[in-house]
Amino acid sequence: MISDALSLDPLVVGVVLAMAAVTVLTKVGGIWIVRRFELSERLEAGLNVLPGAIVIAVLGPELVNGGPAEWGAAVVVLVVMWRTESILLALCAGVLSVVGFRALL
Amino acid sequence: MDRNPETDVYSTEERSDRETTDATDTTARADESETVPGTEPTAESGSAAAELEYGYDSDTDANSGPESDSDSNPSPVSTADTGQNPTPDPETVTFGWEGVRTGFLTCLPVALGVGGYGIAFGVLASQAGLSVAEAALMSATVVAGASQIVAIELWADPIPIAAVLVTTFAINLRYSLMGAALQPWFKHLSPAKVYGSLFVMADENWALTMRNLRSGAGYGAFLLGSGFAVWLFWVGATVIGAVAGGVVGDPTEYGFDFILAAVFLALAAELWEGKSSLVPWTVALAVAIVAAELVPGRWYILLGGLAAAAVEVIRYDQ
Repeated sequence: MISDALSLDPLVVGVVLAMAAVTVLTKVGGIWIVRRFELSERLEAGLNVLPGAIVIAVLGPELVNGGPAEWGAAVVVLVVMWRTESILLALCAGVLSVVGFRALL
Repeated sequence: MDRNPETDVYSTEERSDRETTDATDTTARADESETVPGTEPTAESGSAAAELEYGYDSDTDANSGPESDSDSNPSPVSTADTGQNPTPDPETVTFGWEGVRTGFLTCLPVALGVGGYGIAFGVLASQAGLSVAEAALMSATVVAGASQIVAIELWADPIPIAAVLVTTFAINLRYSLMGAALQPWFKHLSPAKVYGSLFVMADENWALTMRNLRSGAGYGAFLLGSGFAVWLFWVGATVIGAVAGGVVGDPTEYGFDFILAAVFLALAAELWEGKSSLVPWTVALAVAIVAAELVPGRWYILLGGLAAAAVEVIRYDQ
């Protein structure tokens, strides 16, 4: 199947570029809309809760699908973040503890 | 990266004293404020803006915000400036090399984890029959990990083009919402800067960018710099994975799979604004968990975010 590492099949390249175009549309689409139209204060209030809401929407199912190791590591991240306010420390502690908890549990 | 809130807050106050005498930018901003519907002026406004002014010559403060000592609501919406008040608009965001650099450096450790996934993607892509060049091209132009991995899972001979494209769209639609959430800081930047930066937006660097912008650092180019770090590691790791084929094991072995959750947890800890966050967050959590069970793909992120925003729009009264 792979005749040459550098081979570029025109159809594959076409599909990849179409995927890229679709993805760019999704990335710029939302801000394009909110930049183009004047937003009411009411809508801006809705927009303001988006960052936290998206973060929670990503996290919720992720943690529900995890197990005790992930839940324990999640608590570690929150505690380290709360005590040190350093995202780097929180990340390292989280990744190390998830590896540790998975080995233990 | 490691910050010392006490020192930061102290130095910020010192600066705001000096900055209030500088009226040059203030007058220009007072005009703009008319187009921005005013909300409650926050105590941090002055110091946050002062931090912006000094953004160029200080990188130690890049990730620290003056509001770290406060529970009050640092609204991303501009304060209502009458023109009499010399408080500069805290949302005037600069776009420059310093922001690119700060974003790039801040994102490096996270990008390393992204690289772990890039290797996995490269391995999968080569197993699906893509050449190294084709896999690298996909990583370099699509720059959206989850959708690429799913597309590779759908890949067959002949390529199911419609399914690949529709799935890519559905998985990535959450980026519209993430991009829209950046608008309060990006509203004064040119379209080229905004849309160019969005090309390299991924979950991880969006989260770091939100964090940086909310701290009042004012680095409009943070998304671009952090995205470039992600892009570099993502494409580089794809090549390594595609060349190595099946040699490399599972990213979960090193805990790489937890990095995304850890970044978002850290961000959640900072985004929490007390009582005002409770209702939208509960709505987002409940809707996302239920939707993740009922709806395929990653629609749950979009649905959770939209539901929270909708509830906030309905609740809004002033």
